[in-house]
Amino acid sequence: MKVSLFVTCLIDMFQSDVGRDTVELLEHLGCEVDFPEGQTCCGQPAYNSGYLKESMESMKHMINVFQDSEYVVTPSGSCGTMFHEYPNIFAGDAEWEPKAIELANKTYELTQFIVEVLKVEDVGASLPARATYHTSCHMTRLLGVKEAPLTLLKNVKGLEFTELPDKHNCCGFGGTFSVKMSQISEHMVDEKVRHVESTKADILVGADAGCLMNIGGRISRTGKPIEVMHIATVLNSRK
Amino acid sequence: MGMKIGTAAFKERVDQGLSDSFMRGAVSAAQGRLRDGRLNAAEELGNWEDWRSHGEEIRKHTLEHLDYYLEMLVDNVSKRGGHVFFAQTAEEANEYITNVVKKKGAKKIVKSKSMVTEEISMNEALEKIGCDVVESDLGEWILQVDDHDPPSHIVAPALHKNKEQIRDVFRDKLGYKNSEKPEELALFAREQLREEFLAAEVGITGCNFAIADSGTVTLVTNEGNARMATTLPKTQITVMGMERIVPSWEEMEVLVSLLTRAAVGQKLTSYITALTGPKGEGDVDGPEEFHLVVVDNGRSKILGTEFQEALHCIRCAACINVCPVYRHVGGHSYGSIYPGPIGAVLSPLLGGYDDYKELPYASTLCAACTEACPVKIPLHELLIKHRQKIVEKEGKAPVFESLSMKAFRMGTASPTMYNIGSKLAPKMMKPFVKEDKIANGPGPLKNWTSIRDFPAPSNERFRDWFKNREKEESKS
Ligand code: SF4
Repeated sequence: MKVSLFVTCLIDMFQSDVGRDTVELLEHLGCEVDFPEGQTCCGQPAYNSGYLKESMESMKHMINVFQDSEYVVTPSGSCGTMFHEYPNIFAGDAEWEPKAIELANKTYELTQFIVEVLKVEDVGASLPARATYHTSCHMTRLLGVKEAPLTLLKNVKGLEFTELPDKHNCCGFGGTFSVKMSQISEHMVDEKVRHVESTKADILVGADAGCLMNIGGRISRTGKPIEVMHIATVLNSRK
Repeated sequence: MGMKIGTAAFKERVDQGLSDSFMRGAVSAAQGRLRDGRLNAAEELGNWEDWRSHGEEIRKHTLEHLDYYLEMLVDNVSKRGGHVFFAQTAEEANEYITNVVKKKGAKKIVKSKSMVTEEISMNEALEKIGCDVVESDLGEWILQVDDHDPPSHIVAPALHKNKEQIRDVFRDKLGYKNSEKPEELALFAREQLREEFLAAEVGITGCNFAIADSGTVTLVTNEGNARMATTLPKTQITVMGMERIVPSWEEMEVLVSLLTRAAVGQKLTSYITALTGPKGEGDVDGPEEFHLVVVDNGRSKILGTEFQEALHCIRCAACINVCPVYRHVGGHSYGSIYPGPIGAVLSPLLGGYDDYKELPYASTLCAACTEACPVKIPLHELLIKHRQKIVEKEGKAPVFESLSMKAFRMGTASPTMYNIGSKLAPKMMKPFVKEDKIANGPGPLKNWTSIRDFPAPSNERFRDWFKNREKEESKS
């Protein structure tokens, strides 16, 4: 199966190892992965800040970049959600709405793609550790991907899984919110970190680079002995 | 009180909220309870999502034909002998209400809970003409006794207080001698309030749903206070926001089912009070005179705009009960009697961006509100629309932000620019990197690194790794 990777700008620049894990994982599952080189950013930072015009240009650009792809897979629930928002944003635009719909229909978040399209529930990973999972808001509520990451994690050999208390509450990232409203964000992320600690997990797993950067950054700042790991890395572990 | 509460700037209000550990304890405990309640009640109903869609359709249809249904309501209230007044502004509403009260020579007024009367500062207007206005909803009454502490939640106005604090208010202000047990507190309030009901000459209520085809106003309470306020006083005034209307009893039933479940996880409240005009011949109770005041106060300006859905709100507070920002800052931080997500959408619409421009940004756009809303108002999308308005029409966005967004467009709409930028960024960040992280970032990163570390850029961008790998592969 041919898959185009939408790696997202955060992972491209700051967590390139997550991108590599995603490629290796998909190849391990028999996919042929390509990386359309023109890709930039989904437009979410500008769109969510109210800069509609600015964001629409990057959206159009991304639509063009992935025009010929059969499937678009991304290791980020939030950026995947953004592709799924394009049809609403371009609603009524005779030229771009159909293209936006086409892109949305072929775009999948990584775990969603593995479970729903590849129909794989056990990727053959193993990682002896105690883990908990952060359900990121956009992926869960807007993209509606709730079960896929858990299904895959539960089949990772050696991984002992504990549910995160109050997992429905946002970690306080929210893109520019994290810097614009940093005083509020701090209390939100602290509560999240407290909950992670209470599970006694060694690893916090997540499927969104933004949330992980926020929670991970706070964990690192406060010196807690918890490792933060993207789900692609967990699923690509063969220890 | 008006819609605006307090004069402190947004940041000060938030700081105050964040440092109030009593309030935060009370709020997070209540959020947990209310959220669980709602989910259980929704599950028990079965096809909750179908109910939500149905609720959404009803609100949409009604608002799209608002003039038609309002006319029908006016006709039917008039036919039953009631008086109807359309108030375009808060002042007009208050003038009408105070005139009715003056004509009756009334001094003692008893109220049941109503957000719209808070919005128009009706109590103050009545107090100015020498009336004693008594709140009869337990939460509202507690706040009134506590020197008019503003409400922090639209359904549970005293949510920010715990039972010990309520006991202290009663002790200090009213000489209460018993404990903080809720039963004892409630009994005390009941005794005090009963006297007020019996003495009141005018009863004033809000309105949950006005039923157009019968001319009925309905009120949903758990304490029965609306029933007392609509039956004991001789004159009854109902004040409603102009959108608080349904075509018939049939739609009302659907919305009440959604409201009570979404608000507090109840299948039904203890009381649903319905009042159709003044007391008829042969009726044993009910008011002799009935006035319905329909308040616009900025609502018709929202009609026909991209914010129309904000008027679909049935004031259940489910969005507030799940909001992770409200959880930490509490209701008073919003500076409006309408807090939480719906408050962040509605307050700027009714009160303007000058006072409320920060509210649309006081959200992570996590969409917990949108998911919880029983009539499917896309709250987080409306917050983004506010941000768009602020950026495009109002020009109120910070200069730095608009510059960086221009840079964003250049950097993301063209792969060449993205390439240059993403190659350059690591070099620029390098001086700040220590032990694989940035703990003290420059410029816009500063607010980030004041709380948390920022990752150092990867040594090799993903795209370079991928390209090199392809090259290697083609070689071999
Ligand atoms: S916006 Fe929706 S959830 Fe919030 S109070 Fe109104 S009806 Fe309830």
